[in-house]
Amino acid sequence: MNGNSLIRTEGLCKHYKNGKIKALDGVDVDIEKGEVVVIIGPSGSGKSTVLRSLNLLELPTSGHIYFEGVDITDKKTNINMHRQKMGMVFQHFNLFPNMNVLKNMTVAPVQLKKMKKEDAEKKARELLEVVGLGDRAESYPSQLSGGQKQRVAIVRALCMEPDVMLFDEPTSALDPEMVGEVLDVMKDLARQGMTMVVVTHEMGFAREVASRVIFMADGKIVEENTPKEIFENPQSDRLKGFLAKVL
Amino acid sequence: MSEFFNSIGDFFVKIKDDFVFNFIEGERWRYVTDGLKMTLIVTIGAVIIGIIIGVVIAAIRSTYDKNEEEYRRRGGVGAVIMRILNGICKIYLTVIRGTPVVVQLLIMYLIVLVSTEEVMVGIITFGINSGAYVAEIFRSGIMSIDPGQFEAGRSLGFNYVQTMRFIIIPQAFKNVLPTLCNEFIALLKETSVMGYIALQDLTKGIYIIMGRTYSYVLPLTILALSYLIMVMILTWLVGRLERRLRASER
Repeated sequence: MNGNSLIRTEGLCKHYKNGKIKALDGVDVDIEKGEVVVIIGPSGSGKSTVLRSLNLLELPTSGHIYFEGVDITDKKTNINMHRQKMGMVFQHFNLFPNMNVLKNMTVAPVQLKKMKKEDAEKKARELLEVVGLGDRAESYPSQLSGGQKQRVAIVRALCMEPDVMLFDEPTSALDPEMVGEVLDVMKDLARQGMTMVVVTHEMGFAREVASRVIFMADGKIVEENTPKEIFENPQSDRLKGFLAKVL
Repeated sequence: MSEFFNSIGDFFVKIKDDFVFNFIEGERWRYVTDGLKMTLIVTIGAVIIGIIIGVVIAAIRSTYDKNEEEYRRRGGVGAVIMRILNGICKIYLTVIRGTPVVVQLLIMYLIVLVSTEEVMVGIITFGINSGAYVAEIFRSGIMSIDPGQFEAGRSLGFNYVQTMRFIIIPQAFKNVLPTLCNEFIALLKETSVMGYIALQDLTKGIYIIMGRTYSYVLPLTILALSYLIMVMILTWLVGRLERRLRASER
């Protein structure tokens, strides 16, 4: 095993209806520290399922997932401890509507890491400042635009100081004019060396930021390469067909 | 014109006489105050028991619903226990919601809790009855919260119970408050059948008065108004609580 490997999956399978539907059919990925891995593919290809399996929001039918060397699919592993180190950003933001922005960000560090409320809030305000939302700390999610909500969701995950950030189609639910502001935050994050796994339809982002692109179809990894190779020199017909449609 | 005023005057005099006859003579108003006390004691006791039962059952049922797939896949002792508990809860809900509260009251009074004081029989029976409805109200509240909220909580590292406590239940409670209020209004009114087990509540008290005086209009009007006023007070209190909870959202 590579010493730098942060998340590694072995033969990941997710079956529904007693194996009649195979959402994932033997997926092996290896994500190293500092990498930005972008997963692309047609809808129903299993890319979101892979991502959601990495922190066990989706329970794989078989296969193993190693996070920082620990098999988190083992029944004895306390997944909650490991999830604290894996930030996740969802397509639909999933901010807590009954809490203001500050509370959204601090509830987990205060309750789980026993951080002092003042310290957590100070940190949250600093992070909000970085993503240009310094003046929205007291706002409620319903008062924010989609782009603002997603930026809050990102910094909420960052408040737990994760070792990896998982993004599940973070811009798919946004109005087009708000996509840029969220991608900019993600680009900054990548530049700072955060390990990221991103499921997205934003090919521009994949091309510009990814260190590696994984193309999935029918629950399998079809091609995996640098963005340059993936976009300029696709090997499989599936990928060629997909790129022809989206580019 | 003066005839008109006279007739209005007569009307009020008649009501006053009626009132004195029904409630003042023989200190019959005591039936009303004592009855009111009994109605409130049984209702409040039943609400408390109902909420406790409701929370426990809703917790079991929604935990089972949310983790059904995992229980089926992983098996083990925990899964078997949850299955049994869920089954027991389902039976309880079916039986309690499928039979009239008067029948439950009689069964408890005459068969199950024979040597228990009548008030306790009333409180326990109405509590067990209300618990079934409260449980389903809480469960529907929990299940109505977007699963994304649950996932967001879990992805931050909260375990199942913490996610429920910090993320889901505060939102669910706010959503079910009006329905919960409805249930307690229904419970308050349902307690009027407790006369069946020799408890003298408000309804029974008025019934006794009517038996003595053979007059019906005023006692029944006062009976109806008493329930109406209690329900209006309850509604007003819950409305205030609701507004306060909502105020924190925008």
